Amino acid sequence: MKEYQTITEISGPLVYAEVDEAIGYDEIVEIETAQGETLRGQVLESSEGVVAIQVFEGTSGIDQNASVRFLGETMKMPVTEDLLGRVLDGSGRPIDDGPEIVPEERQDIVGAAINPYSREYPEEFIETGVSAIDGMNTLVRGQKLPIFSSSGQPHSQLAMQIARQASVPEEEGDDEDGSEFAVIFGAMGITAEEANEFMEDFERTGALERSVVFMNLADDPAVERTVTPRMVLTTAEYLAFEKDYHVLVILTDMTNYCEALREIGAAREEVPGRRGYPGYMYTDLAQLYERAGRIQGRDGSVTQIPILTMPGDDDTHPIPDLTGYITEGQIYVDPDLNSQGLEPPVNVLPSLSRLMDDGIGEGLTRADHGGVSDQMYAAYAEGEDLRDLVNIVGREALSERDNKYLDFADAFETEFVDQGFDTNRELEETLEIGWDLLSMLPKEELNRVDEEFIEEYYREDDSEREVVEAAD
Amino acid sequence: MSKAESTETTGDGVIQSVSGPVVSARDLDARMNDVVYVGDEGLMGEVIEIEGNVTTIQVYEETSGVGPGEPVENTGEPLSVDLGPGMLDAIYDGVQRPLDVLEGKMGSPYLDRGVDAPGIDLEKEWEFEPTVEVGDEVGRGDVVGIVEETVTIDHKVMVPPDALEEGETTEIASIESGSFDVTETVAELDNGESVSMHQEWPVREPRPSANKKTPRTPLVSGQRILDGLFPIAKGGTAAIPGPFGSGKTVTQHQLAKYADADIIVYVGCGERGNEMTEVIEDFPELEDPANGNPLMARTSLIANTSNMPVAARESCIYTGITIAEYYRDMGYDVALMADSTSRWAEAMREISSRLEEMPGEEGYPAYLAARLAQFYERAGYFENVNGTEGSVSAIGAVSPPGGDFSEPVTQNTLRIVKTFWALDADLAERRHFPSINWNESYSLYKNQLDPWFQENVEEDWPEKRQWAVDVLDEETELQEIVQLVGKDALPDDQQLTLEIARYLREAYLQQNAFHPVDTYCPPEKTYLMLTTIETFNDEAFDALEAGVPVEEIIDIESVPRINRIGVQEDYEEYVEELKADITEELRSLY
Repeated sequence: MKEYQTITEISGPLVYAEVDEAIGYDEIVEIETAQGETLRGQVLESSEGVVAIQVFEGTSGIDQNASVRFLGETMKMPVTEDLLGRVLDGSGRPIDDGPEIVPEERQDIVGAAINPYSREYPEEFIETGVSAIDGMNTLVRGQKLPIFSSSGQPHSQLAMQIARQASVPEEEGDDEDGSEFAVIFGAMGITAEEANEFMEDFERTGALERSVVFMNLADDPAVERTVTPRMVLTTAEYLAFEKDYHVLVILTDMTNYCEALREIGAAREEVPGRRGYPGYMYTDLAQLYERAGRIQGRDGSVTQIPILTMPGDDDTHPIPDLTGYITEGQIYVDPDLNSQGLEPPVNVLPSLSRLMDDGIGEGLTRADHGGVSDQMYAAYAEGEDLRDLVNIVGREALSERDNKYLDFADAFETEFVDQGFDTNRELEETLEIGWDLLSMLPKEELNRVDEEFIEEYYREDDSEREVVEAAD
Repeated sequence: MSKAESTETTGDGVIQSVSGPVVSARDLDARMNDVVYVGDEGLMGEVIEIEGNVTTIQVYEETSGVGPGEPVENTGEPLSVDLGPGMLDAIYDGVQRPLDVLEGKMGSPYLDRGVDAPGIDLEKEWEFEPTVEVGDEVGRGDVVGIVEETVTIDHKVMVPPDALEEGETTEIASIESGSFDVTETVAELDNGESVSMHQEWPVREPRPSANKKTPRTPLVSGQRILDGLFPIAKGGTAAIPGPFGSGKTVTQHQLAKYADADIIVYVGCGERGNEMTEVIEDFPELEDPANGNPLMARTSLIANTSNMPVAARESCIYTGITIAEYYRDMGYDVALMADSTSRWAEAMREISSRLEEMPGEEGYPAYLAARLAQFYERAGYFENVNGTEGSVSAIGAVSPPGGDFSEPVTQNTLRIVKTFWALDADLAERRHFPSINWNESYSLYKNQLDPWFQENVEEDWPEKRQWAVDVLDEETELQEIVQLVGKDALPDDQQLTLEIARYLREAYLQQNAFHPVDTYCPPEKTYLMLTTIETFNDEAFDALEAGVPVEEIIDIESVPRINRIGVQEDYEEYVEELKADITEELRSLY
C-alpha cells in the first residue's frame, strides 16, 4: 500500500491528491494528519494523476503534509448476528464499550440492486397496533413506508410505537422455528436528546437485544451521514436474507441525509437540480429505499420506515417529493392534529399504503377490511370538506345528512385515530371501531362496502355501538 | 451492437477518469453511440461524447472500484436489440438483458456486474412454417414464414429491412419448414442474402415504414372514463401526469391488462422493484380478455427499477419502442406503456450534468423537448414497408415534482401527445379511482374515433358522451356556489343536477380496479351505464316538473342501485330492470 503526501487542494469536505497509480472509484482512503489522527474518506472521482476524496470526519486538521493511503477496496460493513444488541457510530464502529465485534463477513455497503425477477411480492400483513396504519394504511413485510413529518412533531414516538408493537399475527404460535424479528435503527444527524429518547425506549422495553443501533448525531460529521444508511441496510440485508430475520429498519432523519448530499454536491461544484439538491438525488435515494423487500426462497424480509421532516411542512419540497415517488406510500404526521392532542397525529387523508390492497382481505386480515377502509376514507374526506362550509354558514344551515358526516369526522379523529402512543390495538378491534363509526351514517350511504358485510356488521341499533356511546 | 454476435472489438483505449456512471477514455477509436466494454470486468457502456483524443462513455452498470488505466474495448456497433421469437413472455433490463437468465447466470438474487446474455434464446428451436414458396418475389420486410411464439401470437419472420434496397425485390431461392434455432438460415434469397428468425436493430433509430396514417380505431381499454370520455386511438399517444399516490401505475397496469392491443410492451423505467414484481407475478395468471390465454403471452416487460444503473434507464425507453416497432412491422397493434418518462428525463439530466453540459430549464438538458418528441413520433398508425398495417400506441406516465404540471417534462410532453389524462391528488385522497380529473383531461382523438363507436356500440354514443360532459361541467360551476352557501340554498332543478352528477362521478367515472368484474368494463356496458343515469335524469326532471319535491325524487329506493351496475356480470338484465324500476317509482310519485 502506497502512501502519498501529495494533497493539492482542500475544499469543504473534499481533498484532492495527486497519485501515480490507478485508484478505483468509491475506494476507501485513510488520511493521517500531522497530529497523528486518522481520518477516513472515499474516492468521489478518479482521474489519471489526481483523485477527489470526500472525508467523512470533515477536513479540519488536514494540511498539505498529511499522508493519504488508498486501501484498495470499497467501503465494507463487517456483519455478524452478534451485532444485535449493539450500539455503533455512523461508520459502524462500536461505541457501547462492549466486546470487539468479530465479523462473519465483510460486505460491500453500496449493495447491488435486487433483480426484480428474484423478488417476492410483499403481501404479509404487519400488525403495528396503530389503527390509523393497520386499518387505513396497512403495512406489509418488505414495504418501504416513510413517515412524512415536520419539525416539532412526535414522529419519533410513532416510530417507536411501531417498532415496539409490530408483529405478524398468524405466526405468534410458531415463533421458535419461524423467523425472528429485529429492528435496525439508523440515526442521521438527530440531536443527542432525541437519541437518548430512542435509547431509553429501547432499553425500557427490552427491545435493544433484538436491535442494532447506528448513531450519527447532529454534531457528528455531516459527510458520514451519507454512509450511515448504507451501513444500516447492509446489516439489514445480511440479517434478513442470510440469517432469516424479519428486519424493520427505521431511518431518521432522511432530511439530514439529503442535506449532506447537497453539501458534497456543492463542494464539488456540480450543476444543482431543484433547490440546490444534486440532480442524482432521486437515484441516490432509490438506491437506499429499494433495498427493502423480500427475495424468493429466503425467509427474511427488510421493511423500511424512513422518517423525514418536511422543511416548512411542504410535501412538494424535493426531499419528500422524491421520496414519495420511490416509496410505497407515506404516513403524514399532521401539526393541526397534533395541536388538537391526537396521539398519534396521523392524517389519514393524504396518507397511503400502496401495498395495502394486496396485503388485506379474506385469508390475510378480514374480508371486510378493504371496504371499511375505503368507506371511512370517503366519509372522513366528506366530513373534512363540510368543516370548511360550517365555518361560513354554521352547522344549523346544513342538512341532517351533512351533520352526520360532520359527527363522523369528529368521532373518527377522537375514537379511531387518537388511541395513545401506548395502546396496542389488534386489527379486530380496529375494524370493530370502524364499524361503530360507520354505523353513525345511514346504511344507504355505505356504497363502498359489499352488502353482505353491511348485513353482518352494521349496527342497526344504537346500543350495539358500544365504543362510541361509551366515549360520548 | 448485439449480444447475439461474437464480439470482435476494434480500437482499444484506456480509462482516464471515472465519475459515477460517466467514464472517459483516451486513445479509443470510436464513433458516437458505439457500444464499448469498460474496465477489467467488461462493463457495458455507450459512447456519448468525443473530444479530441478523449471519449466520454456512459456505463450501464455500477462503476465502483473501476479506475484509470483499465482498458476500454470498442465493439464498433451501436446499441442494438436482438429481435426474434422469444421476446414475448420475457422480462428484460434496460439494455435487453433477460433478467431470468441473469438470475441463473449470476446465481444470486442481486444484479452482479459484467454478466451479459443475449436478448433472445439463441439455442431454443422453433417450428418454422413457410408462407412463401421458392420463386416467389419478396421485398423489404416481407413475411416469409411464421413461428408460433406463444399461444396468442404468431411471430412473423420477415426479410430484414437492410437485406434489400428500398423498392427492390428479389426471389426466394430456397426455403424449408422445420425446427430451427434463431440463428439458422430459414430462407435464402436470390441476391445472396439469407433470412433467419433473428434480426437486430439499433435502438436509437426508428425502423422504416412506408407511410403514417390517421388513426381511426380506438384502443379500447375497458376503463369507463377513458373509453367513455377521453379515448385514445390505436397508434395514438397519451400522457398520464400525476403526483405520487394518484394512481399512475395502477392506470398503466389496467391498460396493460385490458387494452385490446395484440402486443403489450411494458417499460418500467426507474420505478419501484416491487411494482415490477407484481407484474411478473400477476400477468402469467391473468387472462387476456380477448381470448382467455395468459396475459404474458402477449407481453414483453422491460424493468429498469430506480436503483438499477441510471444509464440503462436512459436506454430502456428506446429498447421498448424498438421491440414495439418490430411487432408493428408484422402487422400487429402494439401498445407501449412507459412508467415513467420523468425518470427517463431525469436520467438524461443526470448524465448531462456529469458531462457538465449547459443546463436548460430546471437543470434538464436543452435537448429534452427534442428527445421526448422523437420518442412519441415513433408511435403512430403505420403502413409498413411490406404493405401490412400496424400501430404503436405510446402511453407515458409523467411524475411531475410536487404534482406541478408546469414543470418541463409535463409541458414538453403535452406539446406532443394528443390524449391527456390528468391525475388528481384530491380525487385520490378521497379514494375516487381512477383519479382522472374530468375537467382537465382531454382527448383530441374524440371526433375521429366517433364513427367507430357509432358503428360498433351505439349510434348516439357521441351525444351521450356530450350529455355526461355537460352535466359534469354544470356540477363544477354549481359546486363553487355550494361551497359558499350550502346545497340547500340552490333551486330544486340545480339540486337535482348535483344528484345526477354525483351518480356520474361515483358510479360511472369511478371504477374499482381490484374488483374482479368491475375492473374491466366493455364499451357496451359503459354505454348502458350512462343511459341508465340518463334515464334517471329524464324521469327525475319530468317528476320535478310535475311538482314532486326534489327530496322525494332523490330519495327513491331504486336509484342507488346504479352504484352496483359496475360489479354486475349480467349487466344487461340488471340495467333493464333498474331502468324500469326507476321509471315506475318516479312516475308513481305524480
